[in-house]
Amino acid sequence: MSSKHHLEITQVGIDFPTPKGPFTALQNVNLKIDEGEFVSLIGHSGCGKSTVLNIVAGLHQATTGGVILDNTEVNEPGPERAVVFQNHSLLPWLSVYKNVELAVKQTQKGRSKQEIREWVEHNLELVHMSHAIDKLPSEISGGMKQRVGIARALSMEPKVLLMDEPFGALDALTRAHLQDSVMEIHADLGNTVIMITHDVDEAVLLSDRIVMMTNGPSATIGEILDIDLPRPRNRLELADDPEYNHYRSAVLRFLYEKQRKVEAITKVSSPKTANKKTNAA
Amino acid sequence: MKEGATMLKQATLPSAISNIPLESVWSNLKSFFSGLFLPAVGLVVFLGLWSLVAKSVDTSLGKFPGPSAVYNQAIVLIDEHYVQVEKAEAFYERQEQRNAQRVAQDPSYVPKIREYTGAPTYFQQIWTSLYTVMVGFLAASVIAVPLGILCGLSQPVYSAMNPLIQLFKPVSPLAWLPLVTMVVSAVYVSQDPMFSKSFITSAVTVSLCCLWPTLINTAVGVSSIDKDLLNVSKVLRLSPMKHVIKIVMPSSIPMIFTGLRLSLGIGWMVLIAAEMLAQNPGLGKFVWDEFQNGSSESLARIMVAVLTIGLIGFILDRIMLLIQKRVSWDKQANLR
Repeated sequence: MSSKHHLEITQVGIDFPTPKGPFTALQNVNLKIDEGEFVSLIGHSGCGKSTVLNIVAGLHQATTGGVILDNTEVNEPGPERAVVFQNHSLLPWLSVYKNVELAVKQTQKGRSKQEIREWVEHNLELVHMSHAIDKLPSEISGGMKQRVGIARALSMEPKVLLMDEPFGALDALTRAHLQDSVMEIHADLGNTVIMITHDVDEAVLLSDRIVMMTNGPSATIGEILDIDLPRPRNRLELADDPEYNHYRSAVLRFLYEKQRKVEAITKVSSPKTANKKTNAA
Repeated sequence: MKEGATMLKQATLPSAISNIPLESVWSNLKSFFSGLFLPAVGLVVFLGLWSLVAKSVDTSLGKFPGPSAVYNQAIVLIDEHYVQVEKAEAFYERQEQRNAQRVAQDPSYVPKIREYTGAPTYFQQIWTSLYTVMVGFLAASVIAVPLGILCGLSQPVYSAMNPLIQLFKPVSPLAWLPLVTMVVSAVYVSQDPMFSKSFITSAVTVSLCCLWPTLINTAVGVSSIDKDLLNVSKVLRLSPMKHVIKIVMPSSIPMIFTGLRLSLGIGWMVLIAAEMLAQNPGLGKFVWDEFQNGSSESLARIMVAVLTIGLIGFILDRIMLLIQKRVSWDKQANLR
């Protein structure tokens, strides 16, 4: 059975074993993604959006349903579905160059030394990291580490780029900077991207489609929003754009009206612990 | 009122400036105090207490040696070493002359070189001990590190190994020694042995006690590798061998070295006991022989050995620390 779609997620569900019996984290997740599309998954913490990504990456095995990429079933991790992890996960003992080189050597076998070198340098240039090529991860900032993480993923020439809250751990200014870089790269290379995010602005600014997830347990896709804004997009111009704000409020309404998280607060606690609770949930 | 306030400001400002060099002098003084002065105080107090207590302890071999008696014996041991070295040189010289004479008389004579068989000196004994502990330690490491990696990678292997580790870890080297001695005597039979049996017995006993800290620490280090790094390895589809070399080994290097340092420390302690019983001609045998000898200098000579053992143990640990700092990727880690 061939299909027109690049990536198909069909009837995916997953159960995690617990001492009290299986816990159904996801149910009936269906999503079809075209080549070159930029799709964001958004939802409250614990709704299983990372789990969806991990299933596409092959790091988790779906209990029901499955994922098909270019007519091949996904059942193990691989470089054609490169992942950008939230905490950069660079190897701390390797320089920036060597981190990317490891990925290139592993995925592009048959290239000459010269070609490997050029390809590593090219990918670091894409994320504007050429200046720190010989630095160790501990010697560069969080934003720079994430850039290198993106370069490493891109260097594998993935069919789909999977990003798990790639900018979650960064401060607002660095995040904006990296979002612009990602838009630029996406415009250049036309990769298919699936990105997990918490951030409504980020989702609207970057995506072609926003997939909004319902709360768990048994989370699934609640709504899908097409973002019909012309590219290239500029965050300053869009800030006052009525259409942009319309999309933005649609996502906000989904998150805070339809899928409002009801927190049971038993005690009146200090704001700090209350914050922690929502984060943990 | 206002004028007074500005006056005050002016008055305090220069003193604040002059405070800066004074403060740095003070911090220098402080670091000198804790870096050199306090250790020196500790040493002096220790030596004082030692000589005081030593005077009042009477043994059948005379008074317990104080610092000065121990110092004198250290000098004697060093002198004895040089005397022996001279004797050996003279021996070889005489032998060479004799051989040359015989060759001159009878050209068909093939000269034999006989080894000097004098008693080993203190420094030769130290060397024997170091050599033995190194062989035992390296043998244990070669086994323990790969086994530890295997245990850390695979939960089933760990579950199978864990009871054995827990069972053998607390066993004293002295319990192993008779068994090792008998096994070595039975298995290591050769006409022209490369190593003496006492050496093999001591080294094997050291190995048996060196295994565990390295094994356990390596297993813990490997099993606690960042999950994200393991996922990177999976996404890259690294082969098992590459996974170990590129991800597992580097990220568990700090824990492996913690284990190796503990092992070497234990090995050095175990060695002295093993040498006493196995009669391997190292520091342990030196202590035992002096004890059996029972002269009036014996206790002082044993005390020299005690201090030597402590000093060497300390130096070995520092060397391991240096290597650890060299190979560790985490330069921020506070290693000590």
